[in-house]
Amino acid sequence: MSNQKESTARTLLVALLVCLVCSVLVAGAAVALRPVQQENSQLDMQRNILAIAGLGEPGMSGAQVKAVFEERIVARLVDLQTGRFSDAYDPAGFDPLQAARDPALSKGLTSGEDIASIKRRENFTVVYIVGDPEGHIETLILPVRGYGLWSTLHGFMALRDDLVTVQGFGFYQHAETPGLGGEVDNPRWRGQWPGKQVFDEQGDLAIRVIKGTVDSGSASAQHQVDGLAGATLTANGVNNLLQYWLGEDGFGPFIDNLRAGEV
Amino acid sequence: MSQPTIKQVLLEPIFQNNPIGLQILGICSALAVTSNLKTALVMSIAVTLVIAFSSMFISMIRSQIPGSIRMIVQVVIIASLVIVVDQTLKAFAYALSKQLSVFVGLIITNCIVMGRAEGFAMQNPPVLSFFDGIGNGLGYSAMLIGLGVVRELFGAGSLMGYTILPSINNGGWYLPNGLLLLPPSAFFLIGLFIWALRSWKTEQVEKEDFRMAPQVSNKEAY
Repeated sequence: MSNQKESTARTLLVALLVCLVCSVLVAGAAVALRPVQQENSQLDMQRNILAIAGLGEPGMSGAQVKAVFEERIVARLVDLQTGRFSDAYDPAGFDPLQAARDPALSKGLTSGEDIASIKRRENFTVVYIVGDPEGHIETLILPVRGYGLWSTLHGFMALRDDLVTVQGFGFYQHAETPGLGGEVDNPRWRGQWPGKQVFDEQGDLAIRVIKGTVDSGSASAQHQVDGLAGATLTANGVNNLLQYWLGEDGFGPFIDNLRAGEV
Repeated sequence: MSQPTIKQVLLEPIFQNNPIGLQILGICSALAVTSNLKTALVMSIAVTLVIAFSSMFISMIRSQIPGSIRMIVQVVIIASLVIVVDQTLKAFAYALSKQLSVFVGLIITNCIVMGRAEGFAMQNPPVLSFFDGIGNGLGYSAMLIGLGVVRELFGAGSLMGYTILPSINNGGWYLPNGLLLLPPSAFFLIGLFIWALRSWKTEQVEKEDFRMAPQVSNKEAY
C-alpha cells in the first residue's frame, strides 16, 4: 500500500491533479474578480482627483464619485516634448506609468536632469481638467511623482485658472514613514496648499516646503508651506518633484503654452 | 495519544499555546501590519481563513499525498488560497488591500500556516484540522489585535481611524508616540505580551538549556 502511494507514477499523478485543481481555482478567482478590481482602482483614482481638485467630499459613495467625475472632469493627453495637447492615444486607456517603463514611449533621464529620481519620464501623460480644455480652464490637475525617503510619492497638483495659484495638492500613493513623512496625508498639512502661488512675479518656480513654520508676514509666505517635523527627506522629495514636474522637463512648456493660449 | 477535541484545538492556541506568544511564529507580518487596527483585523481574518481552509483541504487529501512531495503540495494549496484571498480583497476592499500590499501575498510564507499543515493537518481528520486552523488563526488574531490597539491608540491617538486621543498635530493635547508606528515597536510590544503571558501561565516559561558557570577562574577573562 505504502509502496504504491510512493511510486513515481503516483507522485506525478497527485502533483498533476493538485496543480490542476489549484490553477482552476486561482484562474477562476482572477478572471471573475478582474472587472470589479479594475472598477475599484479607477474609482480610487477618481476619488483622489476629486479630493485634490476640491470637488470631493469625504463620505461620497462610489456612484457619486463617478457621476461628479464624469460631469466635471475631462481627461486630456499632453505631449510633454512639445507641451501641447495631443490625440495620439485615448486618454481613458493610456497609463502614463506604464509608458514611463517603455523605452519607446519615454526618455531616460541623466542624473543631472533627474531631480525627482524617477529615472524615466514618459513622453505623453494624462492631465485632468475642470472646465473647457479649449476655452476656459477652471482647474488644471497635473500628475506628479518623485522619490521621498523610502518610496515614490504619486500625487496630483491642481492649479486654478490663473495657472499660478494652487487649488489643491496631495498624494494618492506613497510608503513614507507613518507619523513622519506619512504626514503628507495629514489634512491639516494638505490644507495649507490651496491659495499658495507656485510661480513668482517673474514666472519662476517659487513654491517650496520650508523647514519649520512659515512666517505669514514675510514677502515669500505665499510661496512657502510648513515643513513636516522629522521628515526633512520627504519634504526635500516633495520640493524636488514639484521642481521637476513644474519645470522645463515637466509641465513647464505646457503651462507656458496654455498661458499664451497656444495649445 | 488520544484524539484532541474540537474545543481543545479551537481554544488552546489562544492563550495556552499561542502561535506568536509561545511558538514565536508569524512575527514578520505581526510587525508589518499592526500599525493600525483596521489592517490588523483584515490581516487576522485573512490568515485565519487561509489556515483553516488549507488545513482542511490538506487533511482531506492527506492519505493521498506522497511523502516525497508533501511540502510542495501543501505550499501549492496554501498559495492558491492566498491568491484567492488577495484577489477578493482587491475586488471588495481596494483601499485596505493597498495598505496591506505585499503582506497578504506573504501569508504563503507565514510559518503558522505551514506549521499547522505539516504538524497537524497531515495526521488529523478534516473537521478537526479545520477547527485547529481557526483556533490558531484566533491565537494569531488575538496577538495582532492587541498590538494594533496599543500601536494605533498610542501611536496615532485613534482606533479604527476614529480619534480617541486628539493629537497635537490636529489641534488636540495628545503628543503621539511616533515610535509605536514603526515596525520595531511591535517587537518590544510582543516581548512585553510574552512576558505578561508567561507570568500568568508559568508553565510556558522555557527550561534553561544550561546554566552559566560562575566565573571563578581568572583564566577565562583573558
